[in-house]
Amino acid sequence: MHQEQQVRINDFALKLANVNGTGSASANGLLMQAIFRMGIPVSGKNLFPSNIQGLPTWYEVRVNKSGNTARAIEYDLMVAMNAETHARDIKEVKSGGWVLYDSSWPLPNSLLRPDVTFLGVPLAKLCNEAFAEPRERILMKNIAYAGVLCALLDIDMKVIDQLLLEKYGKKKALQDSNHKALRLGYDFAVENLDCPLPIRLQQMDATGAHILIDGNTATALGCLYAGATVAAWYPITPATSVMDAFKSLTDKFRKDPETGKKNVCILQAEDELAAIGMVIGAAWNGARAFTSTAGPGISLMGELIGLAYYAEIPAVIIDVQRTGPSTGMPTRTQQGDILSCAYASHGDTKHILLFPSNPNECFHFSVKAFDLAEKFQTPVMMLSDLDIGMNDWVTPKLVWDDGYRPDRGRVLSAEDLEKLEKFYRYSPADENHVAARSLPGVHAKGAFFTRGSGHNKLGGYTEIPDEYQEVVDRLAAKHKAAARFVPAPIIQIKEGAKIGVVSLGGCDPAVREGVELLAGQGIPCDYMRLRGFPFDTVVEDFLNGHDQNFIIEQNRDGQLRTLLVAETGVAKEKLKSLLVYGGFPLSARHVVDGITERVKGAAS
Amino acid sequence: MTKKPTVVHPSLKKNALGLTIRDYEGSMSTLCAGCGHDSVTAAIVRAFWELETPPHLIAKLSGIGCSSKTPTYFVSGAHGFNSAHGRMPAIATGAAAANKELTYIGISGDGDSLSIGLGQMCHAIRRNLNMLYVIENNGVYGLTKGQFSASADVGSKSKKGEANRQSPIDPVMLALTLGATFVARSFSGDKTQLVPLLRAGLAHKGFALIDVISPCVTFNDHEGSTKSYRYTREKNVAVVETDFVPLRREISAEIAPDAVTSVTMHDGSVVRFTKVAPDYDPKDRQGVLGYLHERQSKGEVPTGLLYLDTSAPEMHELSGTTEVPLTKVPYEKLCPGSAALEKLQQAFR
Repeated sequence: MHQEQQVRINDFALKLANVNGTGSASANGLLMQAIFRMGIPVSGKNLFPSNIQGLPTWYEVRVNKSGNTARAIEYDLMVAMNAETHARDIKEVKSGGWVLYDSSWPLPNSLLRPDVTFLGVPLAKLCNEAFAEPRERILMKNIAYAGVLCALLDIDMKVIDQLLLEKYGKKKALQDSNHKALRLGYDFAVENLDCPLPIRLQQMDATGAHILIDGNTATALGCLYAGATVAAWYPITPATSVMDAFKSLTDKFRKDPETGKKNVCILQAEDELAAIGMVIGAAWNGARAFTSTAGPGISLMGELIGLAYYAEIPAVIIDVQRTGPSTGMPTRTQQGDILSCAYASHGDTKHILLFPSNPNECFHFSVKAFDLAEKFQTPVMMLSDLDIGMNDWVTPKLVWDDGYRPDRGRVLSAEDLEKLEKFYRYSPADENHVAARSLPGVHAKGAFFTRGSGHNKLGGYTEIPDEYQEVVDRLAAKHKAAARFVPAPIIQIKEGAKIGVVSLGGCDPAVREGVELLAGQGIPCDYMRLRGFPFDTVVEDFLNGHDQNFIIEQNRDGQLRTLLVAETGVAKEKLKSLLVYGGFPLSARHVVDGITERVKGAAS
Repeated sequence: MTKKPTVVHPSLKKNALGLTIRDYEGSMSTLCAGCGHDSVTAAIVRAFWELETPPHLIAKLSGIGCSSKTPTYFVSGAHGFNSAHGRMPAIATGAAAANKELTYIGISGDGDSLSIGLGQMCHAIRRNLNMLYVIENNGVYGLTKGQFSASADVGSKSKKGEANRQSPIDPVMLALTLGATFVARSFSGDKTQLVPLLRAGLAHKGFALIDVISPCVTFNDHEGSTKSYRYTREKNVAVVETDFVPLRREISAEIAPDAVTSVTMHDGSVVRFTKVAPDYDPKDRQGVLGYLHERQSKGEVPTGLLYLDTSAPEMHELSGTTEVPLTKVPYEKLCPGSAALEKLQQAFR
């Protein structure tokens, strides 16, 4: 049937349905990496359950020569390896698409679709014949379907061979069985199926300046390069791999080759309350310190985030957002912590937030987070999410400026203190409303009593209204001053656009693609991607400059919209929400359909 | 803050740093007159003066509660941190992780340590965090006016006459079972015992816990209380007397004839245990636990340096951090630079 179909090169999506804990992740990663190595823009989204073994898991691969690699929600090819989810998986395939299944067992007739081509490969049978060990048979079945896909999609076998060599070069037996399984699938496909399919790959040169990296690893790299020396954390999905990566990076780069001693102290805390406490204690003493967590951790850290805010102690918090509330869906993505981070803690508190939208920004923004935290002597939260943090993204290569030096903010040296007649912690403040701090142990004159209780501008205990207000008013002014220092929004203008689109974080690839598609349909939109909070005046200007603005975000309540309403002077009628919050990454379709519906609805 | 008179008597003795004991004081206490905590403060002042610690190299930390107010009342030349309720151990852990060179003293209470902060205290013990951790234990919540705390004994009566029926958390027994390396109990009214204990605790490389029974004169010093001055004086049994000989001090003090054991601390100073019960070995954790169980079941309050282990690694040794305090490692040593990043990224192709 497919001979009649038009050949589509480097532009399709496939989905792999697996059972978790069977080793499918490494086969899927291998495919994604091979496509990347072929120079083709690609994305891989791991949609996995909160479970270790036995539950359904999916991996989506989108290949797009133009670089549109947001999640696709329609699939040209389904690799249906999980009998339990066959019914719904087969339903998701586009009309005219393909289903690759394990034909060791017959597919029930009820699942067949006339508009889809079924490609049967007896994967289990092939592997059972070729491999002796039961566990190996299961694992190698995945590599065998990867081999089939190499034939079907025209994946360069040389690239795959090279990847296996790099991965298992030191383990000859493993490399051999992987190679054998790969060939098993490949050869069967070439002999029995029409290869390649009309959807296929062709070498390009679009990823040469890129790397394939997940946001959490990039974040850990940022913390390493920023010079963080104390890290405290409590294990939590999807943030755990930030600290896993930081640990292995510091083992590599912070260990004295002679003594084996490390220029870092990583503390696995008893809970998130302790983790943030450790960060605050370390930063109080002058170390660059951070914690990585997710929404539940932010809730637990609330009290001490307020302490750091009020006592003016730097703290860097990496929040890799997941689906809330409560335990929610720990392995699904969301942008649900915007408000709880912006105003974390009791009393009047406001924080600096950074919104990276890809691993490259995770790297640079985590460095920025330390600079801002120390410059403004306050907690800074970087809001990543599960999609950015745990999926491999094709992202521009990370470039480091060796001229970078940390902005430690206003810290008095022993010489500075020596010259002072008397040191006051919170006076005098500079043009950004920040006062100089002293670090413990540096000089006798710098001794100071830090407290989370009421204090006046000289740092002394107070319960006097005017003295209290003077300090909290300065804190508000300080927060406002930070607006000029957070990364500026990225604004993309379209000729004749009257509609503004505003988004942040991991929504970006889908929104960018959606805005282009909308322009093609005669609905030009200007697009502003927010990268930090507090908002600078340019944000308000953008919003006021459009008849209507669609605020696209991944949470139920329109948290970014609420923040824009609260923190800018824009009339709330101008701000409309477009929300996708089921836990899977945003797709351009959501953007196009959502905006088209509302625009047409308003016109009719 | 109430100012103390600044006139110093010319005859006041000076320590090796040229500082008098007044130089180790803080601002005027705002606690109730007669509060046990003020006696502990006075003992801390003396201990630091005797140890000749430069004030600005002391980090004094606390949580929230009457006890946690006291760091303002000693060593005003130290850096202080009055943090949040029950969270001092974590703050101290981070502070010590960043700068191992300072002397850390944490002041807590039975509410701060045994209820809201129980988990953090336990984990600081597990890490063998290098600090002196003082619990000023009065069995009652003072600042909120008289609720029972988790250390209140069964049958102990509140000021209103209500008897506590929940079993107490005993910080000494808890610390022993958690593997604490320095465990002591004392009484705020016994300065002779407390000052050497504080000095030994400050010299200990690891987590030193001193549970100080420190009566609350306002809410828990009545008939029927088991944390009152009277009760503690009657039931206090000094099972071990501790003599602390700092490194720099000439060992001229006459060696007590009944000294059964002496332990050399990391810095070379020596702790001598004297007047110890014949079957008591402060280095035998199981033995100490058994002994305390037996004595406490008789209603006694055994005091002294009850357990000491100077061989266990403290937090920095456990985490393999460098000898130089992390705050003193220059940035150039921390950042691998652009060439390393370029090379590293080959793994991400």
